[in-house]
Amino acid sequence: MLQEEEDLSLTIAQIVQKLKGSRLYAQLERQAWVSLQKPEIKLETLKEDIKEFFRITGWEKKLHNAVYSELTVFPLPRHPAAPPEHLKEPLVYMRKAQGSWEKRILKSLNSMCTELSIPLARKRPVVEQKELLNKWNEMGTDEPDLSLFRPVYAPKDFLEVLINLRNPNYENGEHLNFKTHLGLIQVPLKVKYISELKEFFVELSLNTGQLGIDDATQVPPELFENEHVRLGQKEPIHSMDSKTEVLAEQDSAAAQQYIRQGSPTALRAELWALILNVSNQPEDLLYYEQLKSNVIQHDLLVDSLIYKDVKLTASNDDYYFVFEDYLYQVLLCFSRDTAVLGHFAYNSASPPKSYIRGKLGMEDYAVFYPPNGVIPFHGFSMYVAPLCFLYHEPSKLYQIFREMYVRFFFRLHSISSHHSGIVSLCLLFETLLQTHLPQLFYHLREIGAQPLRISFKWMVRAFSGYLATDQLLLLWDRILGYNSLEILAVLAAAVFAFRAVNLMEVTSLAAAEAVLADLSTLKVMPLLQIFLFATVT
Amino acid sequence: MSKPKNQCSKTHGAPKVKERDQKVCIRFKCTVLNTLMDVLRHRPGWVEVKDEGEWDFYWCDVSWLRENFDHTYMDEHVRISHFRNHYELTRKNYMVKNLKRFRKQLEREVGKLEAAKCDFFPKTFELPSDYHLFVEEFRKTPGITWIMKPVARSQGKGIFLFRKLKDIMDWRKDVGRSDDQKDDIPVENYVAQRYIENPYLIGGRKFDLRVYVLVMSYIPLRAWLYRDGFVRFSNTRFTLSSIDDHYVHLTNVAVQKTSPDYDPEKGCKWMIQRFRQYLTSKHGPEMVETLFRDMDNIFIKSLQSVQKVIISDKHCFELYGYDILIDQDLKPWLLEVNASPSLAASSQEDYQLKTCLLEDTLHIVDMEARLTGKEKRVGGFDLMWNDGPVSREEEGIDTAGTGNFVANTHLGCNNDRKKQLRQLFCSFHSQKKVTS
Repeated sequence: MLQEEEDLSLTIAQIVQKLKGSRLYAQLERQAWVSLQKPEIKLETLKEDIKEFFRITGWEKKLHNAVYSELTVFPLPRHPAAPPEHLKEPLVYMRKAQGSWEKRILKSLNSMCTELSIPLARKRPVVEQKELLNKWNEMGTDEPDLSLFRPVYAPKDFLEVLINLRNPNYENGEHLNFKTHLGLIQVPLKVKYISELKEFFVELSLNTGQLGIDDATQVPPELFENEHVRLGQKEPIHSMDSKTEVLAEQDSAAAQQYIRQGSPTALRAELWALILNVSNQPEDLLYYEQLKSNVIQHDLLVDSLIYKDVKLTASNDDYYFVFEDYLYQVLLCFSRDTAVLGHFAYNSASPPKSYIRGKLGMEDYAVFYPPNGVIPFHGFSMYVAPLCFLYHEPSKLYQIFREMYVRFFFRLHSISSHHSGIVSLCLLFETLLQTHLPQLFYHLREIGAQPLRISFKWMVRAFSGYLATDQLLLLWDRILGYNSLEILAVLAAAVFAFRAVNLMEVTSLAAAEAVLADLSTLKVMPLLQIFLFATVT
Repeated sequence: MSKPKNQCSKTHGAPKVKERDQKVCIRFKCTVLNTLMDVLRHRPGWVEVKDEGEWDFYWCDVSWLRENFDHTYMDEHVRISHFRNHYELTRKNYMVKNLKRFRKQLEREVGKLEAAKCDFFPKTFELPSDYHLFVEEFRKTPGITWIMKPVARSQGKGIFLFRKLKDIMDWRKDVGRSDDQKDDIPVENYVAQRYIENPYLIGGRKFDLRVYVLVMSYIPLRAWLYRDGFVRFSNTRFTLSSIDDHYVHLTNVAVQKTSPDYDPEKGCKWMIQRFRQYLTSKHGPEMVETLFRDMDNIFIKSLQSVQKVIISDKHCFELYGYDILIDQDLKPWLLEVNASPSLAASSQEDYQLKTCLLEDTLHIVDMEARLTGKEKRVGGFDLMWNDGPVSREEEGIDTAGTGNFVANTHLGCNNDRKKQLRQLFCSFHSQKKVTS
């Protein structure tokens, strides 16, 4: 009991500490001062009156959302004596693996830099700056020569690293027994069983209405859809019972709960902004403009990598090619945003360091490169592309992407033991497949087509570019709703289960890839429901 | 059996040969070699005839129609894919004339409000006949951009933009000069139309919509609207400063294919479902409903305006391709109507769409005599107008006047045509079993 109380007060102290530096704190303070002018605030009951004032004017809700956001994003502190590395990643061997992977990436980047004799960063001449400013809204028309650039790494390179991960304290044993894991990932991490998944994803069960299933043409809208949409509404509708409309209430936690059943198309943009606690303050616009001017003034090597990635992936996609210009506007600014460095406190990765020319090794002259510490890889721009469907104003689009990155996407390309980290997702996928479709798993393994080799690229990109956009957005609704990426592994397993009959007949990796090449016709929610709740285990 | 009327006529469509197990054999003729040919060849019971053989069904091109329609006798069951004088709707100058006349008629008979519903085409003048009227209008609103389109050409050929009268003075001189040299080349008719300067942009690009409307007869007017369609994007960003850049302003795929930017792998098209979802997430469902209702209005009013002019032959049907442009206030504008929309496929998805479109068209033409005539939906086609508006609700409830009327159109909506077709034809099969 005492321990819990101590933990709680520690948590509270940490959150207060974090919020004290934030803009919200300054605003609350100002509001409190302003409220002193009001007649209802009396000196004798000052504390209660101000609290009441905050509640009525909606400031309490904003504070509510900010606290909820902190709790969601930052993991709870463990032992007060635990060093900061433990917050990033508690297991030593994982930290080491991540460290050596980072060294490799940085080496690759530096060697590309030396080969092409392009500096990692340079200041643009004024003429070039003016040109870029004029072309800001149509950077896609630029056709720089990118043939010499290669992406720093691709998902399959990363997969090889994960396959070779080993826990030095764990004896795998030479002999195969019934406990042996037949997949590619050979580290002993705890992943959920299907019974635990059923509990975790209880709102997706068969007798709960879902958008993505129960809004299909044959189901009369009165049964589910109308009520669900009404519940999400912006305008409070006076009704007999005390149901409150999610957007009208502006409550992040309620929105997160609501979105587990899917979001109506018209409300999605606002709901996501509410859950991610992104608002449209003038300071945010200014911050974005500041980043934009950074882009104009300095040219980074990473920019060329971004260009190349967009041209190779998003521009060739049938649906996202239209948003090419937005992608540059977001990703170039993202590379320069030092606020992103904050997420490395709980990310097992660390930002790469580079040194001012001539001062190699001298810590005083070390800078993070790129400024946000994130080196893009092949397919990175696909994280942003689906968001262009929802947000059209560059600074809002930027904020949403940044928030999505520091909450979710970073876990898909760093080595950690977190339950939403890519290692756990791979292991979860393989375990689900081995447990529930053993014949299929064994068959694929025998023909040299380990399932993870095919599904890895889906999970690393969170299925962006593989599913149809509307299905992808329904999937990402659930990622936000459950604050977890595990649904990606479940969906990957569900896809294999769906195409199991065809897969049993293939005789090579290439043929298996062909069966699973086109996911654009899949409907995500029925697949998930069938796999989780309707498959005989 | 052909019964020659006189030396230069032909008859087509002798009674169908019936095989013993009641399967019909339909002879078709088709000159285009693309998706349509695939669809016709795969249709069960349909046999291709070559050259001079007799046919029951002919998907002809408009030049054949012009030359041969009048001398051809067709049996009752024969079908042909164009109306004799379809150009009343599809040639830009005729369409404008018919629409203007219809608008006046509506104003006289019903009122200004109803007539205003015809204001979906930008101010247009036929040249050279209305040249003076055009100049008057031009002088009233200086500085805006106009677009000059040849009346009878397609695929974006011959179109240019201008802002100054001087630009077309030069063009007139050129045309005049060639007139002197070769008298037998007729002066081509053009229309000058007010250019829509504030188109709706997605990703900074201009686009237009291609929608398919099938007309089975004009008197009475029966028209079907296909649920699928596509959005064609211009390959470059929209800007008013470069009106010479054809690639910016013209969105036909044919023109885009020649743009240096063009990457055939990219594809400049979106399916209309994706477009509808995009708009809904940006503007909300009500505004999108209004936009699509306004588009329904365009289809209906344009067909009504030529209803009395087009020779409604029961052998004829026509699949039109409507080109619609949307401006920033979400108002749709009619650019033109095509009597022979392109059936060539530019990608796998496109091929899919066109195949299904053509299959459903043939279902509705119903050479196999399977339909009852009471259907409101066949595959991806919804019956939009049946001598009056068609409601989504079941019959018996006449809600047309009460304001609860919801039109039976589903453009951009879910197209589960396979399922619907299965249900439709299965029920016929079982009905036939009962009656036979």
